[in-house]
Amino acid sequence: MTHLVVLGGGTGGTLAANRLRKALPHAAITVVDEDDRHVYQPGLLFVPFGLAHPEDIVRPRGRQLHDGIEYRVVAIDRVDLGTDTVHLADGTRLGYDVLVVATGSRLVPEETEGLLGPAWMRSVFTFYNLTGAAALEAALARFDGGRLVVNVVDMPIKCPVAPLEFCFLADWYFHERGIRDRVDITYVTPLDAAFTKPTAARALGGMLEDRGIELVTEFNTGEVDGEGGRLIGYDEREVPFDLAVVIPVHSGAAYVGASPGLGDDLDFVSADDQTLQSHAKPNVFVLGDASSLPVSKAGSVTHFQGEVLVENILHFLSGEPLQAAYDGHANCFIETGFHKAMLIDFNYEQEPVAGHFPTAVGVPLLKESRLNHLGKLMFQWFYWHALLPGRDIPGVTSGMPSAGKQIPSPPVTEEVGA
Amino acid sequence: MSTQTIAGVAVDVTDEGFLTDPEQWTRDIGVEIARAEGIDPLTPPHWQVIEFMRSEYFEKGTGPTVRVLGKTSGVSVKELYQLFPKGPAKVAAKIAGIPKPRGCV
Repeated sequence: MTHLVVLGGGTGGTLAANRLRKALPHAAITVVDEDDRHVYQPGLLFVPFGLAHPEDIVRPRGRQLHDGIEYRVVAIDRVDLGTDTVHLADGTRLGYDVLVVATGSRLVPEETEGLLGPAWMRSVFTFYNLTGAAALEAALARFDGGRLVVNVVDMPIKCPVAPLEFCFLADWYFHERGIRDRVDITYVTPLDAAFTKPTAARALGGMLEDRGIELVTEFNTGEVDGEGGRLIGYDEREVPFDLAVVIPVHSGAAYVGASPGLGDDLDFVSADDQTLQSHAKPNVFVLGDASSLPVSKAGSVTHFQGEVLVENILHFLSGEPLQAAYDGHANCFIETGFHKAMLIDFNYEQEPVAGHFPTAVGVPLLKESRLNHLGKLMFQWFYWHALLPGRDIPGVTSGMPSAGKQIPSPPVTEEVGA
Repeated sequence: MSTQTIAGVAVDVTDEGFLTDPEQWTRDIGVEIARAEGIDPLTPPHWQVIEFMRSEYFEKGTGPTVRVLGKTSGVSVKELYQLFPKGPAKVAAKIAGIPKPRGCV
């Protein structure tokens, strides 16, 4: 009997296992994760502002998996590519015909000097995990004024727009509390603009400016001096703070580093950017944040990849060429505060632009609206009830739609001799 | 994109001054770009980084980020910034004649 092993019971592992269950009713499918807490990660952004409670965004991992999928709660020790075997921390082994790596990325604050010093969780926080987000809620509630600094240490990070959303929500939050004039908000990024893609970077940069949020670019954090209240860049620039919200650097899962030939220098797994088949071995596929593909580490990306991944695993098992191709599609709601949000939609080739999604009749793109804010809130329902079970969401396709987008036409080239 | 003459060689460069074809690069081109970036002379540790960047580029198709350089080049991130104060990944890539490291998305 064909045995499929899925490493990771998060967004990617869950939706892949559920889709594989439907497509291959007779295969054995095992999902492995080290705990049974599935966090709805987009909800982490809302916790510090009291807009979501930690218990509302966590559900058991095993319960999100369809009947007939075996779920093992155990840490992964390593993968032996030569013998197609996963070694688990309890000493047991799992042989596989096809392996799906979907263990996401992990925060490695210890890589930044001083970040885990005495001020960690006192005046230096992160909202990128549940404990951090919950502790930050209390810290923000106590904050009566001063310098709030939001710092991305280095890319890649999960959901690259989330730190900007945090700034927008902080602006709204301090307005609501009536103390916005006593708070300086500064966004400190290693990028040369507010965001990576030019059109969206201009729009988002303008939105920071409109809200009086200072933007510090090309800042490479060398040290977080929590007690001295300053970020110190490798170029010796300093940014002072009273409260720092830091997004630590990310790596792939630790077992990837312990598995010879599987990952890169940061423990991410490289794969073909269209078929999602790993470069490590043909029977290993990669999904979501665990990969080193040049795409955002985001749930929407993982969702769009899921369909392609399952189709290609079926081709692989039948000995056929891998025909399904992922186009780099990503789609993110950006919460902008005051009950509004903005939507961006893009792929490998097409940067985010204005227009409407998914067609000319749809929600606005790259423009703040209340409808997008409702979309963002509603998405949590779709996440648990449609995306994870592996159902298609109406109107939202794996490939990027172009119909509603204001895409500038390419320059006209004159034909010589015409 | 335009054509520039660097160290007597006509090369194609981007608006930001990165060579578009790493095969056109010579060590003399590296020296001249470094001088324009305010790094003069290029010392053995500079060359260690430059050669490492080129071999990574030819092996992987993209230049390493500062964090990966710090982990794999044998030169710490602190030293990398001492060698290339305006940003090791970017400036060293420019001097090494490889494209700007692929920004993360």
